[in-house]
Amino acid sequence: MAATTQTKMRTAIAIGCLFASAALIWFAWVKPMLEDTSGVDFGRGDYILQGSDGQPFTQQTLKNGPTAVFFGFTHCPDVCPTTLADIALWQDELGPAADNLQVYFVTVDPERDTVDLLGDYVGWVDGVVGVSGSVAEIEKAKKAFRIFSRKVPLSDGGYSMDHSAYVMLFDKRGEFFEPIGYQEDLNRVMAKLNRLLGG
Amino acid sequence: MFRPFGLPKVKPMKTKMKLLAALVALGAPAMADDMAPVTQDTLTLTDGYAYATLPNQPVAGGFLTIANGGEADDHLVAAASDIAGVTQIHAMMMDGGVMVMRELADGLPLPAGETVVLQSGGLHLMFMQLNGPLVAGETVAVTLRFENAGEVAIDLPIRKKMAGGMDHSATGGH
Ligand SMILES: [Cu+2]
Repeated sequence: MAATTQTKMRTAIAIGCLFASAALIWFAWVKPMLEDTSGVDFGRGDYILQGSDGQPFTQQTLKNGPTAVFFGFTHCPDVCPTTLADIALWQDELGPAADNLQVYFVTVDPERDTVDLLGDYVGWVDGVVGVSGSVAEIEKAKKAFRIFSRKVPLSDGGYSMDHSAYVMLFDKRGEFFEPIGYQEDLNRVMAKLNRLLGG
Repeated sequence: MFRPFGLPKVKPMKTKMKLLAALVALGAPAMADDMAPVTQDTLTLTDGYAYATLPNQPVAGGFLTIANGGEADDHLVAAASDIAGVTQIHAMMMDGGVMVMRELADGLPLPAGETVVLQSGGLHLMFMQLNGPLVAGETVAVTLRFENAGEVAIDLPIRKKMAGGMDHSATGGH
């Protein structure tokens, strides 16, 4: 069976759609969220979620900081495992000081990621707590943390999630400190973490 | 105090160029190559790998480099593996701090004389409904179906999941 010009065209369109989606998501959702000047601070909201440590995860949780919060999901082939591996590396670099940083992995896919399942998943890295809850509460948390995510259907009937993929740092009082970008340079990351933990 | 995000500075064109560069990378990547190169027809497949999965991780990515040394275009039509209920061909990118991933339902073009790189953070084979964990040191048997070259069986070595920054430096980035 020969790949017709039509097939190639469809692949080109599929890749074009990827760029278009990325640009659209940025301008329609992410940029307005990050520029939101309503005065509501990051992480503040009335979400009530459950952590794999057996504790609730609410805005109060951040007050026992410093904290690093990442939103992801287990059906994630690359970015989420890589981020967890990065967090393990940061902990290694920090040494004993890493014990002072609470790390939370919040799912954007609560329909598939239960607290128990997440607990095993993040348990691969010391001290990381998996967080899930009802769809409605996760939506509240996404709003509070200005996280974008959206279901993308796949041809086998399943779905993937496009999602914001940076780590958000909060200081010991729960105030938003700084974000860490995906695959940000290790030296810059360590400088941020040392400032966070030293302050 | 609110400190604006510095990282999601979006440059659609630049990002587009980057993915295009990944799609059509000229010149051989200078990465460690654990998989024995496989040649069939005009295609040479090198640098295949996958990463060990985390506990309960139900999906995984597969990566390799495909060089088409011939004078005719070819096309990666489909991929299959016994480790997964479904194997798809995907494109992924990070833009403005957001991960976006799409299925390439019509496969991946392999233009004559060009090299296409499937790598972490970009194009990949997507193993879904995994039958079990991917364990470092083992391999994933994959059958790729090309329009001209036909079916090619390869074994992707499974690497230990490492921090992304480290993997990045191996490609000579920064
Ligand atoms: Cu994928």
